[in-house]
Amino acid sequence: MALVELRNVSKIYQLGGEEIRALDDVSLDIDSGEFISIIGPSGSGKSTLMHILGCLDSPSKGTIQLDGVMIQNASARELAAMRNRKIGFVFQFFNLLPKLNVTQNVELPMIYSGINGKERRKRALAALEAVDLVNRAKHRPSQLSGGQQQRVAIARALVNDPRIIFADEPTGNLDSHTGDAILSLFRRLSQEGRTIVLVTHDPEIAAVTPRRIEIRDGKIATKVDLTLAGLAGRQTAANLSQPSPSA
Amino acid sequence: MPLLNTILVGFKEVWTHKFRSVLTMLGIILGVASLVGMAAIIKGMENGMKEAMIAMGGADKVLLEQQEVPVDQEHLADQAPGRTMLDVQALKQAAPMLRVVSPEMAVNNVLLTRADKTCMPSECVGVWSAVVEMNLHTLEHGRFFTELDEEHANPVCVIGTAIRDELFGSPEQVGQEIVPIGEVIQINSQPFTIVGMFARYEGEREKKERELAKTKPAEEVAGPSRQRGWGRRGNWAFQRKNLTIYMPLNTAWVRFRAAGDKDGIPDPRLSDIDLKVGDMSELEPALQQARNVLMLTHRGIEDFGFRTQENQLESINTQIRNARMSGGVIAAISLLVGGIGIMNIMLASINERIREIGICKAVGATGLAVFIQVLIESVVIAMLGAAMGVMASYGFVRVLELVSPTANAPVITTGALLIAVAFSIGVGVVAGLFPAFKAARLHPIQALRYE
Repeated sequence: MALVELRNVSKIYQLGGEEIRALDDVSLDIDSGEFISIIGPSGSGKSTLMHILGCLDSPSKGTIQLDGVMIQNASARELAAMRNRKIGFVFQFFNLLPKLNVTQNVELPMIYSGINGKERRKRALAALEAVDLVNRAKHRPSQLSGGQQQRVAIARALVNDPRIIFADEPTGNLDSHTGDAILSLFRRLSQEGRTIVLVTHDPEIAAVTPRRIEIRDGKIATKVDLTLAGLAGRQTAANLSQPSPSA
Repeated sequence: MPLLNTILVGFKEVWTHKFRSVLTMLGIILGVASLVGMAAIIKGMENGMKEAMIAMGGADKVLLEQQEVPVDQEHLADQAPGRTMLDVQALKQAAPMLRVVSPEMAVNNVLLTRADKTCMPSECVGVWSAVVEMNLHTLEHGRFFTELDEEHANPVCVIGTAIRDELFGSPEQVGQEIVPIGEVIQINSQPFTIVGMFARYEGEREKKERELAKTKPAEEVAGPSRQRGWGRRGNWAFQRKNLTIYMPLNTAWVRFRAAGDKDGIPDPRLSDIDLKVGDMSELEPALQQARNVLMLTHRGIEDFGFRTQENQLESINTQIRNARMSGGVIAAISLLVGGIGIMNIMLASINERIREIGICKAVGATGLAVFIQVLIESVVIAMLGAAMGVMASYGFVRVLELVSPTANAPVITTGALLIAVAFSIGVGVVAGLFPAFKAARLHPIQALRYE
């Protein structure tokens, strides 16, 4: 069984009497340990897809199963618990709490899962070590560079040992050099066995992942974009949901 | 999320916006201070009233009053014996539930003279020594009457300090306290020797006035020495008590009454019989016992009645209750206003932190956790405000004392403090509910996207 199973998921907004289908009948499987990118232009529905996958939002139609739990009808509390224990988020704007220092920011998810202070500190330091930021543990986010802040955000996403990590344009706010460093950090995490979903509009970034899904107008595009095709060298045979560019 | 952590975060949040928080707390601080101050002033008033009550003999004093005979005994009215020593002896022997029986025989229209000074006492009464306990007197100088004084009807008297002030000069006037034991004064032209003098009775208020006057040099007044104003100064209950002159009961009888009071006929009736009951909780049966005894000595003619201090006590309590109510309502309104201030600032604060709330929700904060966080923050503000309010109220009461140094001292009561603190915490909870609800309901995505 796949880690994530999306079946016929739609998300429909009512905007001034007009019906907007942000997601239209999407089905998708993500296996444990996969490193996958969701790509699409802005407004394509990729963020909506990520929000639904990440339990931040509920679909209007369809079913989602995440790590064996059906969540399409879950209550806000159950969704919060899922986000807390099974999901890690990395955002474009880092989204660190400015009033807390680095360690406290990393500890935040564990506070909501009720882990005691000693254990929290231990695990926060371990996560900071994984992103190579132990020496900045007492700094405020505002005292760090963008790349460092994003690494703190990654440490926060890792700290509760989630089943899946969602990264929404993680390099969008960084210069290309720092962005590369962040991407290689994700690659390393993937090699350690983490399941990572990278959401981006940039095909070059999507190119680092073995599997790519393109969203257009709320649907998974069956035809791969030409720019993507040229960079699709590392695609594996396991990606059945997407036709091979050579086919 | 563990509670302690939530509270710590709440404190941190308050600390981050020190100035704003203090401004918000000001409402609660003033509310608590005014509530506690109000309660303290009322407590001071209550103390003053109780003081006056004790000056009149305390709550357990019962007056045995002369009364018109009932309608069905009207034909016996001319045989009504009135209150006599027979009643006193009978009550002492046959009514064991009474603790003190104190007969009084008043001498009316008395003028005290000494050399060229005169004085009208508030009461000039022949008494037993039971009167000391009955009217809660304190004998400060000399002695009270002995049995020999009583038996020989000795011309001796015990005076209150105001009489000393009038006849010998007050300590304020002469600069030292005169203790006129052994001096002779005239009571309606009969010489009496002063054998004792009571303590100076005064309320807290008069005492303060006197002490204040001591520290300030006396104002120079042009013209002959004189008293200002006619009215009695200070609390009438104390003033009256200080103007008392007592003599042995027999002295009053032999020297003023036996020779005939009205129309030359000796009048053996007493002017007053006061009773004290052993146990106030058994007031009813004790009075019934006294009534039974008196019905015998009065041959069935009911020309007497009892008056207790219960009414007095009740009216004091009603007054205090009313004052408390009105004061409490005003203070509660100011606390409510403080609460509105908290709600206002909490709404502004969560509006500022929508993104933060979104982040917390994204990493797994439930609506409840956010709700509690905001609520705790509101309560923290209210609690800090209450704590500062308690401190402020001590200062407030000090200021009140300075502004009117002679009033009955306001007394801060633990009850008022507890009520004020509990009420402000309640206000904090209520004020936090709506903002907390609003924060908890935020949708994580919209909150994250909020700019």
